[in-house]
Amino acid sequence: MKIKSQEDFWAGLMFVFFGVFAIVVARDYPMGSALRMGPGYFPTYLGVIMIIIGAIMTVRACRVEGGKIGRWGWRPLLWLSVAFAAFGLLIDEAGFVLALLALIIASSLAGRDTRPVELMFLIAVLITGSVALFIYGLELPYQLFPWS
Amino acid sequence: MDALADLFPNLYLGFSVALSLENLLYCFIGVFVGTAIGVLPGIGPLAAIAMLLPLTFKLNPVAALIMLSGIYYGTKYGGSTTAIMLKLPGESASVVTCLDGYEMAKQGRAGPALGMAAVASFIAGSIGTVLIGMFGPPLAEVALLFGAPEYFSLMLFSLIGAAVLVHGSMLKALGMIALGLLIGIVGTDVNTGMSRFTFGVTGISDGISFVVIAMGLFGFAEIVSNLEQSSLSRDLLFQKVKNLWPSWTDFKQCWNPMMRGTVLGAFFGILPGAGPTIASFSAYTLEKKVSKNQAQFGKGAIEGVASPEAANNSASQCEFIPTLALGIPGSATMALILGALTIQGIAPGPQVMTQRPDLFWGLIASMWIGNLMLLILNLPLIGLWVKLLTVPYRLLFPAIMVFMAIGVFSVNNNPLDIHLALLFGVLGYIFIKLQCEPAPLILAVVLGPLMEENLRRALLISRGDASVFLSRPISAGFLIATLLLLAIMIVPAVRKKREQVHEESAQF
Repeated sequence: MKIKSQEDFWAGLMFVFFGVFAIVVARDYPMGSALRMGPGYFPTYLGVIMIIIGAIMTVRACRVEGGKIGRWGWRPLLWLSVAFAAFGLLIDEAGFVLALLALIIASSLAGRDTRPVELMFLIAVLITGSVALFIYGLELPYQLFPWS
Repeated sequence: MDALADLFPNLYLGFSVALSLENLLYCFIGVFVGTAIGVLPGIGPLAAIAMLLPLTFKLNPVAALIMLSGIYYGTKYGGSTTAIMLKLPGESASVVTCLDGYEMAKQGRAGPALGMAAVASFIAGSIGTVLIGMFGPPLAEVALLFGAPEYFSLMLFSLIGAAVLVHGSMLKALGMIALGLLIGIVGTDVNTGMSRFTFGVTGISDGISFVVIAMGLFGFAEIVSNLEQSSLSRDLLFQKVKNLWPSWTDFKQCWNPMMRGTVLGAFFGILPGAGPTIASFSAYTLEKKVSKNQAQFGKGAIEGVASPEAANNSASQCEFIPTLALGIPGSATMALILGALTIQGIAPGPQVMTQRPDLFWGLIASMWIGNLMLLILNLPLIGLWVKLLTVPYRLLFPAIMVFMAIGVFSVNNNPLDIHLALLFGVLGYIFIKLQCEPAPLILAVVLGPLMEENLRRALLISRGDASVFLSRPISAGFLIATLLLLAIMIVPAVRKKREQVHEESAQF
């Protein structure tokens, strides 16, 4: 067996995975009947549908020629993930300003041509702008600094 | 006829709401931001509306709706500027505008192309506004008769429509819909109070906010995908734009294509799941067939700009008809706008029109005013938008990240939402890599709980007999329409045509 369409093959497996996942998790929920649908009824059938769709796709991917999966952009994926995670971890404890600072620096590392001076400028503009708009303008109730 | 007789008093009410200083201001902010988002490639209306949602929390519902809608139809104006100047779609609905718009620009006719795009958008938008006023209320009256079976069948029709008309494989779209429905029911089951798919995480017991999902799938994933491309160089060939106003001959030549585009746009706008992008493609394809100077198409035919631009704007306006009249969104963006209404404490549905006429008619009046503002914004101020295109992406994307993070966080003030958005962002990037279009998924997320609830109720009424969906005429009508859609897609000729259209679009 040869995979002729990488895209469809993996997409099919992904749907099968989500379908199995849905059914396994929904086993803990009462099914009920068509007359009185239990909480497990809808997710279980969605799982079945996903498995069928995924299976058809995977099988077809071995017969019909299709697209290859391109290269993964690990660098932007990693740094943008760090940026969001840092913001989420810092916002409650370290405050709005430091969380934004971490977010912007990590984001800029995702790009290829970051220029230090430009970055400083960007940080200054984005942080003052956000504080003015969201904290003073829209009065969102976030603390600015860990000590404030 | 009642509807027509009431149209003028209703419009009067609408204009008195929309012309208040506050609402004018928010309308202006909306269309201004919308144009900017439309001009900038790499950020679409969906992510923009999700990002700017927190800005509306403090507003009253009318102002919030006016502003968010303004962002949406504003993007349709801005998108054409980038398409014409750079041959890059600033926004997916202006992909076809690249074809002839950019050719015109190369021939030194950027001015008339931009002018015609704005004029066509304005005329189509104005007609679209009138259509909402005419067809919204009668449709809402019909919708008041809907019971659970009708709603279920309608939602099924919307979802299948979205799957059939989306770019790429229909099978993948169907899978994405099933996955979206599943994500939609995460949280506490309304009937039994049982927590489903929450894995003990209390932060998602009320479900995962669609803002979080939209931001991950459309914001985060999009930026990763943009950054991985080796160069995002933009060759701005034409800094100076002259003679914006199209000549009388241009105008006469474009009148019929514009009208055809408007009609097609209205049709695809009302059809759930379709929307502006499909509308603009169809309009271009139609013009290419019926036009007298076919040979000119692709070489700078002004009709090739006017018709799709009219179509995408009329579609984006008419999308509001089913959304507001039925309370069932026809597209992912409409789902977000309805979500914003829900945050404001207004339950979407046909009752909105009678209970909050100020909201409905105020929005319609504001749309016309917004279109007028856009015409003014886009013609004399075109230079400003062209300047915006010179801002490099490396400065832009950190700013987008900042707006997204704050936007996600401000919905519940819970850091968990940021991490969830990240999770959906990574998932969204995988979707991009596997060529799975996320728009049907997010529509399904919103419809998931509604669909389950209506299915449950319908089967309860009928004592578990599934034939209830066929024995009630309106419900049966939707189901037959759904089957027809699916059947048409299986006909080889149509499938070929669909693939061909999508291939043409994939070239960009």
